Amino acid sequence: MSDLTVMRTHKLFIGGAFVRSESGRTFVLNSAKGTFVANVALASRKDARDAVLSARSAFEKWSGATAYNRGQVLYRVAEIMQGRKDQFVEELILMGSSKRDATKEVEQAIDQWVWYAGWSDKLAMVNGSANPVAGNFFNFSVPEPTGIVAIIPTVTPSLYALVDSVAAAIVSGNSSIVIAAKKSSLVALSLAECLATSDVPPGVVNILTGDAAEIAPWLASHSDVNAIDLSGISKKDLLIELEKAAAENLKRVLRPDKNLPQGLNRINLWLETKTVWHPRGY
Amino acid sequence: MVFQYAPAPESTKIVKIDSSYGLFINGKFVKSKDGSQYKTINPATEEVLSEITLAGKKDVDLAVKAARSAYQKWSKLPGSVRGKYLYRIARILQERSREFAVLETINNGKPIRESRDVDMPLVAAHFFHYAGWADKLEHAGLGPKPQSLGVAAQIIPWNFPMLMLSWKIAPALAAGNTVVLKPAETTPLTALLFAEVCQQADLPPGVVNIITGAGETGAALVNHPNIDKVAFTGSTEVGRLIASSVAGTKKKVTLELGGKAANIVFDDAALDQAVEGIVNGIFFNQGHVCCAGSRLLVQESIKDEFLDLLYERVQTLRLGDPLDKNTDVGAINSAAQLAKIQELTQSGEQEGADRWSLKCDLPEKGFWFAPTVFTNVTQAHRIAREEIFGPVLSVLTFRTPQEAIEKANNTPFGLSAGIWTEKGSRILEVANNLRAGVVWANTFNKFDPTSPFGGYKESGYGREGGRVGLAAYLKSENKK
Repeated sequence: MSDLTVMRTHKLFIGGAFVRSESGRTFVLNSAKGTFVANVALASRKDARDAVLSARSAFEKWSGATAYNRGQVLYRVAEIMQGRKDQFVEELILMGSSKRDATKEVEQAIDQWVWYAGWSDKLAMVNGSANPVAGNFFNFSVPEPTGIVAIIPTVTPSLYALVDSVAAAIVSGNSSIVIAAKKSSLVALSLAECLATSDVPPGVVNILTGDAAEIAPWLASHSDVNAIDLSGISKKDLLIELEKAAAENLKRVLRPDKNLPQGLNRINLWLETKTVWHPRGY
Repeated sequence: MVFQYAPAPESTKIVKIDSSYGLFINGKFVKSKDGSQYKTINPATEEVLSEITLAGKKDVDLAVKAARSAYQKWSKLPGSVRGKYLYRIARILQERSREFAVLETINNGKPIRESRDVDMPLVAAHFFHYAGWADKLEHAGLGPKPQSLGVAAQIIPWNFPMLMLSWKIAPALAAGNTVVLKPAETTPLTALLFAEVCQQADLPPGVVNIITGAGETGAALVNHPNIDKVAFTGSTEVGRLIASSVAGTKKKVTLELGGKAANIVFDDAALDQAVEGIVNGIFFNQGHVCCAGSRLLVQESIKDEFLDLLYERVQTLRLGDPLDKNTDVGAINSAAQLAKIQELTQSGEQEGADRWSLKCDLPEKGFWFAPTVFTNVTQAHRIAREEIFGPVLSVLTFRTPQEAIEKANNTPFGLSAGIWTEKGSRILEVANNLRAGVVWANTFNKFDPTSPFGGYKESGYGREGGRVGLAAYLKSENKK
């Protein structure tokens, strides 16, 4: 018997499918020690636009799912990740983490799915309200998902940031497109494999590996993207370019910050408040 | 027999307008350092009312400095004290309500019936609501110790000058911010009168600064490096500019922009009630309303019957002197706005829609536009896509609820929508599927300080009113 390893093909995750970049491009991913790891698909503008289409087509069903259902789906992601815990740890170590840090990061990432899963059916209770307007009306406010959120997560910690930013967007019913940095592409792909086998409907999370400086401008200027998480953008001029492009259709924007919003405040970035009035009377 | 209405003009004696105004900076009216003067008029008569300061960059800088220096103390005051100042302001606004209403009508052109019965009561209510929040911020759902942002630059439109002022200033001050507010170029007078209210309330100098001017003044304010927050209500076009100009800064922004609301009438609606709602939805405040129900979506089976009722009702609208207590439709706010309405309605005719306008005498002076309804409108027509911001209704039809929802959502805007049906489950399902921040079911154009207001998509971001309205002026500790 041969113990030769079967190597994984590193593709993009669009519309629930693993696809090569439409451009046919790849980049060489080396480990922290400089050894060859993989030829990873390098996402292009076309891939980004395909991802927007799939995110939009997933939105109606995902945002219309019951909160209970969304919570179970997110919890299922934690279950699948738990089963692959060692794999995530190895990948983080390969890219330069210590075993201790890698283990902690993976555990936190799994816990984060569980934590967000529990929010799905509490958001409307905590954020919503019955409003005592001065008049004979029933008036209530409910939170609703903004739509499609493009996400450029921070690079360190790679897995935790991916999970935190994606879960915060999709728990309320948004669909998402993530640009994972080249250095994060191993865990990004493994996360995609977890998502693909965990009842997350196709298109709710799309993961592109590549260069944010190349792809993010196409998402920032895309009229069918409703919001953009720029927390992983470190270059000032790129940030300004992206924020200006996002202004074109008034995207909701999260800027990079040492203290990013956490918890409910992170979820609320991608929520709208809808208020409904109805008169009372016999 | 037909009853004729005798003229019933509201007296203007209650209002005193100075021949010229400076800027309200640091608690005092001061002369401009580098600005110029312009004239503000009554849009119903074109009479010049006063000379207003067009604030320059140095003026903006002084106002921001005053707000910054006042912020040190104001933000550290106990919330209960800030609340008491806001309660004082609310009471003074109630006491001087008629004076404000008359002045608003003179400078804006809206009917006195609206400024007196809608705008001003809501203004006082808004200050009362947020006064009570000032010492309860930890209950706003933003975390245990929410903090104010700093100096807020606030720019408001001309359609509801005082109401928009209250939506901006009340939550900002309750949360502990100080403000520099710029009223719209054409409607500065009530904001300048509000400065006097701040003085009467003994509000600490610099907490509220009011600078008048046009777009350049607003741009100087938004781009000032020493502000922390921009709150803007106005056109989507300017909203885009603001969102773009703060790129790369730490300034927080909330925007309340344009709309193209669908008002959906199902075949089982209470038709007379729905007609009232449609009329109110588009002709209230001459249609100068960002959430106006400017697209009527009527179910095809009742279209003819419904339009007959609508025309009949519109024919009873009285257009004319805004100060007359019986006036329903007042003056268009400015020559520029009138030109915009005329241009868009001409495009409606050119693109093939059928125009119907109320036959009525338009006063010789001032800016006027007769209530107008377009039928045979398609979704591609400019009058179905662009915000007209005038008394112009575009009528489209639908057959199924799904089609109504699709058409209603077929717009880059998402501010408001209306639903008219007697079926409760349909109301809830349609409301659920409309991508709009405010949905009025069997009512329209209702506002309340406890009721969040603001849009989806290109209608802006953030909400005003209620608990969620506080989020625009607070930051929270980042705790999970």
